[in-house]
Amino acid sequence: MKIGFYPGCSLTGSSREYKESILAISEKAGIELVEISDWNCCGATAAHNLNKELSVSLPARNLALAESDGIEELVVPCAACYNRLVMTQHELNEDEKLKSQIAEKLQMPLKNKLKILNVLQYLEEYFVPRLDELIKKPFEEEVACYYGCLLVRPNQVIKADRWEDPMSMDVIMQKLGAKPIDWAFKTECCGAGFSMSKTEIVGELSGKIVRNAVNQGAKAIVVACPMCHSNLDMRRPAINSYLKTKIEVPVMYITQAIALAMGMSEKEAGLQRHFVPVSFSVNC
Amino acid sequence: METKNILIEVKRQTGVNIRECYQCGKCTAGCPVAEEMDLRPSVIMRMIQSGTNEEMDQILRSYTIWLCLTCETCYSRCPMDIDIPKVMDYLRQRSLVEGKVHPEARKIVAFHKSFLNTVKRNGRLSELFLTIDYKMRSLRSGTLFQDMTVAPGMISRGKLHLIPEQIKDKKGFSRLFKNQLKKRKP
Repeated sequence: MKIGFYPGCSLTGSSREYKESILAISEKAGIELVEISDWNCCGATAAHNLNKELSVSLPARNLALAESDGIEELVVPCAACYNRLVMTQHELNEDEKLKSQIAEKLQMPLKNKLKILNVLQYLEEYFVPRLDELIKKPFEEEVACYYGCLLVRPNQVIKADRWEDPMSMDVIMQKLGAKPIDWAFKTECCGAGFSMSKTEIVGELSGKIVRNAVNQGAKAIVVACPMCHSNLDMRRPAINSYLKTKIEVPVMYITQAIALAMGMSEKEAGLQRHFVPVSFSVNC
Repeated sequence: METKNILIEVKRQTGVNIRECYQCGKCTAGCPVAEEMDLRPSVIMRMIQSGTNEEMDQILRSYTIWLCLTCETCYSRCPMDIDIPKVMDYLRQRSLVEGKVHPEARKIVAFHKSFLNTVKRNGRLSELFLTIDYKMRSLRSGTLFQDMTVAPGMISRGKLHLIPEQIKDKKGFSRLFKNQLKKRKP
């Protein structure tokens, strides 16, 4: 089975364990993820804040490249990239003139009919039906499933299951053996792109998220976005200074939890790459 | 007459009809950064509805437009489906072009510029080069030593690459940054 793969820039650097774990579980499940040839940055927050055209043309180049690679289904694990790619696809389909202008500029044909999957949709489609066969050791922890903004909003375009209180990640984690907690900050913003330019705001917004997860009994926060991860994990000192206490709850990618449940080692799952130590022993 | 012009201009540039806002205030209530803002999102909507050119000027000089995180909560909850984040994008770009960026927002703008500059050079983002570019741009804001403690941790975890990843088709890619499309009529 061959599916297209757009890693995005974060997954090659600060969130490499996300890429490593998604590739590891896919390989073990016999699914080949094929990277789009010569993919470029989606432009993220910077492009749509400063330059409308780039916010469309940068993602559009990737959509066109995927098409020319013969890809029909594309997995985009980074929630920010996923959002930009889906929003661009939507915008170009709403505006034929813009679509032809962008295609002309790219000097590439653009049918714009790609099926774009975020990590939760990918897992639902290709892993959930086979979990009995894939899981060696259930991941029996109390977890807070944190979706953040970009997997669920804007609900006018991004079709999540329930955008104010999504359940898709909770359902997957439950099937892994985990106990997803009921909590209030599932879809609150972590501070996103302010990690460097306004770290104190990230400390506050992420601090409220982490505090609520811990108060509700979470032993780990499970995420599906590199920005959420780095703000909740790498920015823990800013969080702790906002909360005036030391919070030790680890933050992990959903693909890492699956890797552990599939019998991989902590190292294979990339747990050693986190700032807040995380250790869930898997004895099979 | 002036009021109408501002509303029409925003509609023309973004496709968003702010006339439909009836000031329920849900956008402000759910905004994660509303407390820090000088003008709340619902106030900006009202100012565009009833505003003069002076009020538009005040919006373009506000801290709010740069504080907006594009978390999309306001848009998702708006009973009239008004795409406020899209309007914020337009206001930011206009504020930048007209040289009206709020002094408190300079670090945010510097970060975005560094981001795009790094992408323009290599086609992909190098977090190391982004950091260097950003530090150079924001020297006067005293950011030089900030994050110095994070860098070694990133290196020891294999997360900071010294050599940036580059795309192959740099020539084709650079076309995207040149000759921007003209503003279109609706």
